[in-house]
Amino acid sequence: MITLFDPKTDIDLGTPARDSDVHVTLNIDGRSISVPEGTSVMRAAALLGTTIPKLCATDSLEAFGSCRMCLVEIDGMRGYPASCTTPVSEGMTVHTQTPKLATLRRNVMELYISDHPLDCLTCSANGNCELQTVAGQVGLREVRYGYEGDNHLADVKDTSNPYFDYDPSKCIVCNRCVRACEETQGTFALTITGRGFESRVAAAGGDDFLDSECVSCGACVQACPTATLMEKSVVELGQPERSVITTCAYCGVGCSFRAEMKGEQLVRMVPDKNGQANHGHSCVKGRFAWGYATHPDRITKPMIRQHINDPWQEVSWDEAVTYAASEFRRLQQKYGRDSIGGITSSRCTNEETYLVQKLVRAAFGNNNVDTCARVCHSPTGYGLKQTLGESAGTQSFDSVMQADVILVMGANPSDAHPVFASQLKRRLREGARLIVIDPRRIDLVDSVHARAEYHLALRPGTNVAMLNALAHVIVTEGLLNQAFIDARCEGSDFANWREFVSRPENSPEVLGAICGVPAADIRAAARLYATGGNAAIYYGLGVTEHSQGSTAVMGIANLAMATGNIGREGVGVNPLRGQNNVQGSCDMGSFPHELPGYRHVSNEVVRTQFEQAWNVTLQSEPGLRIPNMFEAALGGSFKGLYCQGEDIAQSDPNTQHVTAALSAMECVVVQDIFLNETARFAHVFLPGSSFLEKDGTFTNAERRISRVRKVMEPLGGKADWEGTVALANALGYPMNYKHPSEIMDEIARLTPTFTNVSYAELERHGSLQWPCNAAAPDGTPTMHIEEFVRGKGRFMLTGYVPTEEKVNSRYPLLLTTGRILSQYNVGAQTRRTENVAWHEEDRLEIHPTDAESRGINEGDWVGIGSRAGQTVLRARITERVAPGVVYTTFHFPESGANVITTDNSDWATNCPEYKVTAVEVSRVYHPSEWQKRYQAFSDEQDRLLKDRRQARGDKAEVRR
Amino acid sequence: MPTLYLPCDSLARAVGADEVATALITQAHERPLPLELQRTSSRGLYWLEPLLEVDTPQGRFGFGPLTAADVPSVLEALGDPSAHPLALGLVEDLPYLKTQQRLLFARAGITRPLSLDDYRAHGGFEGLNRSVTLGGEETATEVFDSGLRGRGGAAFPAGIKWRTVRLTEAAQKYIVCNADEGDSGTFADRMLMEGDPFLLIEGMAIAGLCVGATYGYIYVRSEYPDAVATLREALEIARSNGYLGANVGGSGLAFDMEVRVGAGAYICGEETALLDSLEGKRGIVRAKPPIPALKGLFGQPTLVHNVLTLASVPLILAKGAQFYRDYGMGRSLGTMPFQLAGNVRHGGLVERAFGLTLRELVDDYGGGTASGRPLKAAQVGGPLGAWVPPSQFDTPLDYEAFAAMGAMLGHGGVVVADDSLDMAQMARFAMEFCAEESCGKCTPCRIGSTRGVEVIDRLLAAPDASGRDEQVIILKDLCDTMQYGSLCALGGMVSFPVASALKHFPADFGLQPSEAEQ
Repeated sequence: MITLFDPKTDIDLGTPARDSDVHVTLNIDGRSISVPEGTSVMRAAALLGTTIPKLCATDSLEAFGSCRMCLVEIDGMRGYPASCTTPVSEGMTVHTQTPKLATLRRNVMELYISDHPLDCLTCSANGNCELQTVAGQVGLREVRYGYEGDNHLADVKDTSNPYFDYDPSKCIVCNRCVRACEETQGTFALTITGRGFESRVAAAGGDDFLDSECVSCGACVQACPTATLMEKSVVELGQPERSVITTCAYCGVGCSFRAEMKGEQLVRMVPDKNGQANHGHSCVKGRFAWGYATHPDRITKPMIRQHINDPWQEVSWDEAVTYAASEFRRLQQKYGRDSIGGITSSRCTNEETYLVQKLVRAAFGNNNVDTCARVCHSPTGYGLKQTLGESAGTQSFDSVMQADVILVMGANPSDAHPVFASQLKRRLREGARLIVIDPRRIDLVDSVHARAEYHLALRPGTNVAMLNALAHVIVTEGLLNQAFIDARCEGSDFANWREFVSRPENSPEVLGAICGVPAADIRAAARLYATGGNAAIYYGLGVTEHSQGSTAVMGIANLAMATGNIGREGVGVNPLRGQNNVQGSCDMGSFPHELPGYRHVSNEVVRTQFEQAWNVTLQSEPGLRIPNMFEAALGGSFKGLYCQGEDIAQSDPNTQHVTAALSAMECVVVQDIFLNETARFAHVFLPGSSFLEKDGTFTNAERRISRVRKVMEPLGGKADWEGTVALANALGYPMNYKHPSEIMDEIARLTPTFTNVSYAELERHGSLQWPCNAAAPDGTPTMHIEEFVRGKGRFMLTGYVPTEEKVNSRYPLLLTTGRILSQYNVGAQTRRTENVAWHEEDRLEIHPTDAESRGINEGDWVGIGSRAGQTVLRARITERVAPGVVYTTFHFPESGANVITTDNSDWATNCPEYKVTAVEVSRVYHPSEWQKRYQAFSDEQDRLLKDRRQARGDKAEVRR
Repeated sequence: MPTLYLPCDSLARAVGADEVATALITQAHERPLPLELQRTSSRGLYWLEPLLEVDTPQGRFGFGPLTAADVPSVLEALGDPSAHPLALGLVEDLPYLKTQQRLLFARAGITRPLSLDDYRAHGGFEGLNRSVTLGGEETATEVFDSGLRGRGGAAFPAGIKWRTVRLTEAAQKYIVCNADEGDSGTFADRMLMEGDPFLLIEGMAIAGLCVGATYGYIYVRSEYPDAVATLREALEIARSNGYLGANVGGSGLAFDMEVRVGAGAYICGEETALLDSLEGKRGIVRAKPPIPALKGLFGQPTLVHNVLTLASVPLILAKGAQFYRDYGMGRSLGTMPFQLAGNVRHGGLVERAFGLTLRELVDDYGGGTASGRPLKAAQVGGPLGAWVPPSQFDTPLDYEAFAAMGAMLGHGGVVVADDSLDMAQMARFAMEFCAEESCGKCTPCRIGSTRGVEVIDRLLAAPDASGRDEQVIILKDLCDTMQYGSLCALGGMVSFPVASALKHFPADFGLQPSEAEQ
């Protein structure tokens, strides 16, 4: 169902909506209203515009019935039922205001205030406190009990969490925080301790909030009606005065937020309850970790230098882009048209990404454009295009609420996509069954009220074997959905596939040994997936970042087609996108072989369209992919790079190879908000803008295009799209956009799946899921409903080919990598926030058995060596990883996680094989050689930055 | 060889029954005097415990209360029992027992708790057998027609609950027995569980088969370890004899159950808090609706009943609804095991049809106060029941009659007080009890109970009439707020003991009658 966006729906209706075809008519204070069966009296009244006082009720949580402020009188019912917990019934007559109710409410409020500080004027919630509001509504004038009785006024504040305080003296024990932790977040970290008057909120598993099981999602803070749980930023700055709806710039969930402002100052981020991806929920990153946006490390002036060993020179934007343009033209003259290229950012907006690829294709005149999706979900694009016909996930996030069986493969949603994980866990609590295929015992395998029925802890690198074994069971045990296959899929491809997966060598008994998983478990999981009702697959980079990443994606699509689990709610194939705009950057034609909308550059009709619109001649041959650029740089034929919002020196595999390639280039232009690792090798630095400083759109993992709205002026003077425009113009290719909406209009004109997308339509709908065109004017929540985008679904053969990255006696362990909740990717943002309180360094997870045999203890420094390089981290001993497997995160550059990872990559897309590296681990006492070199180089670059020459009126001195 | 009977009930044991038993066996062996000693349930004539009974041609002859020191003389007197100074005569002729209408406690003091033979010899499983023959629909009709109401205190018609659970479609349904008997002065549940556990099992099995529940839980308070042990053993016996398991009583239907032990919270006797506790959560009261019959344990339709309610069912099935509803008055049908405790001479269990007066109960059965001092009041229905002054003692024990005077029968506990009891302190205690046992969910109870203690303290400390008047108004307002504003009966009914104490005993608060009436 498409819900139209209505900003007025920010009113708290007290209890959640109920969905029913049956409508019930009742009378409230003489006015009649008809609402869906199951709706509470409170919500019905609120829909009529009738305010019933309430404290423990809020429409994001199920009714609780504890505050007793919302009592009403109902004809024919005894006593004074709570309107929040009383469902409507046909013909019911409700009175919300009677003298008796007034007395009761006032007397209950009197009890509240008899144990509440009277410091309203100096309270951080002043002006936005529900207790204050309701006290006003009920007309409390005195507290006859006095203030000398038993109370909690001296309770001590817990300020341990870096983002919010817990002040128990202000707590009214409404349980909203506890319920938000349970219902909204699904962590169950909060509870009430004590009984009766001693009831107090407590975070479980620690002495204080920071030390507890709390994941700091902030749902409790948002739910709190008083100042008991309050953002430190509000304590410091006061209540915000205006708010702007925008979209989070962290992961691919794409949460909608209200940026609450005071002038140009961001006071807090509050997830938007009308947000169609997040429904008012968020995680610690989106809600709290925005301090980086105004961090002192922000570089806000363009800088140039001739050599990377030179100090930086601050210059004007004009000078910077003129210098960059002259360098690019010089390089093209000297080394040829194809000697330069660009990298678009999956962190930037669709409009910005579109402009960068346009600049490369139109102004550079080549197709040397690529994006960081290369290193994450390029196999998704390829694999789903081949099988289903469209390079995107098939569902909305909400679809999971219709799933009966959920298969999570190579993904760790509770850390990497926390808001979706909360929704998934809610569905599990409702009874859906879970299969996890992951080498590591991720939280979902065994967490509170969420447990995997099967955890297939396969060896890294054996995904395709596992998928084939699952398929084998489905085919040979007669679990196919033959009717779906006959109607919807290519018959001959299916026949080939059936023959292939039926072979004995694809049985769980054979492949299970390769995966290291008992055949019986594989069989049971396959049966559950095929026969458990609506089955949905969610997968992440644990599937794609392999030498057979594309094969695995096709294997997943095969499973969904074979069981008919595609084309409706509750099923589907769902890539969990790592970054906020990975989907968008791919959609926008960031790959060297594809123009916007996934159309190959060799397609003359499409190319002609773009040539006419852009007024240039386009190349028909695909350009260089990122790894090819590095190779070409080392080979001397690739000399210049325009890199926007991407830190390849930290994020790409085999760091030493990358930095060598960057060092070999003559003009590296980095546009970023920080002087990141790549910028240490740059010649031109263009100050980037954060998501708070620009207008645009992001497209999340469910193809949802959401508006990003500017809440403050760009600190560096230009939004990123304006920087690209300036560079294009300096290159002599005119770009004249006055607003990103004009860029979107151009995208819509040129991209069939975006025809109906415009800022006006986005304003109207809140967000839109592409395809959004004449055939689907309101967007497409679920894809492939009637038929596949490519017509008939195509089963692809997925022979298992072991990776070349094999363990041997020298490298006996397999390293795999991932993310942690509090940090994000290369950490450029989150490392510059208080999130370091949870994770201040990357650690190497190692199984106790492997640790013991190497004499490694918890916290020891260990050297990790692979065929590509060595680094040193501290060890964390845990059974989360199986024996033979080690794991680390890559959030800190000095960790050098990617010094170890190799050049191996996906056969189809060159997506690096981050997830499998053969290593050896041993106890050490000093950093690795790489780390020493890295530190020396970083120190030198920091000095060059610190000693930068300030911009003066005169011309920069570094001109050639 | 004479057969002797001595209760194994925990109250009898608390006053020395085990010592008496040991002495009997040892000394009989020494004499030697061959005899058989059976440990039975208790008659519930607690002031006579340990009550030893011996078979005579006329019937069972009683001695009591005994100590181990009386054993030699009792053994001597077995030939001519009436000569013994502690001889009581034929037990069933004791007026206290003879005048009772023992339906539910028909086997009390007669059978051995864990003897399936004894149970069957005294009508056991006749109800289940008839229920199996009747089928679920007619069983539910029998329960409905009997007029049985919930014995936990709320007195909700049991038949309506049964029909609701029966007609609600669900993959899993439950029977939950509330055996968290926490009311002051009550012991009927304990007596029944310790003394006649198969009766409860049979009642739950009938309920399970009738409503389509396949599993049951008995939630027993932790203070009842003997009841827990007895029930667990009885469950094993019942299971191995086919009364529980895959084919209950040959019905072809499955039902099984287990005992769960509470953790000392009074509030877990409230049915929804009990369900939360059973689910492994904090025992917190749930808002209703949804009612447990529709969404109870683990969100499934659940029939929650007190021990006495479930234990009444076998008899209703065995003898028919009409037999049961012939007892009682008005809408209070059947019998009620009243429990006499506190400052009363003859404390014990009195099962009578509804309708006798409180005076009959306290004076005729109880024999007045234990102290011999004048009677001051009786608290009926547990710690949240009203204090009833002697002027109201002629009120019949009937749910509606008690409700009409602002009191309640509750679970049938009657605590008697003499004139030395300070009713102001009892009112304060009621608030204190509520504060101690409040689950803390709803505000009127969570904060109100604590404020209640403080207000009563201020009232008692007030130096003059105007100060007292002020506090009386606040206290009455608070009682009203708690009664109408609280989520459950704990906060909702604490006003009963407070308001009744204030109303009937103003002097204890230092008030003139007129001050209390305002």
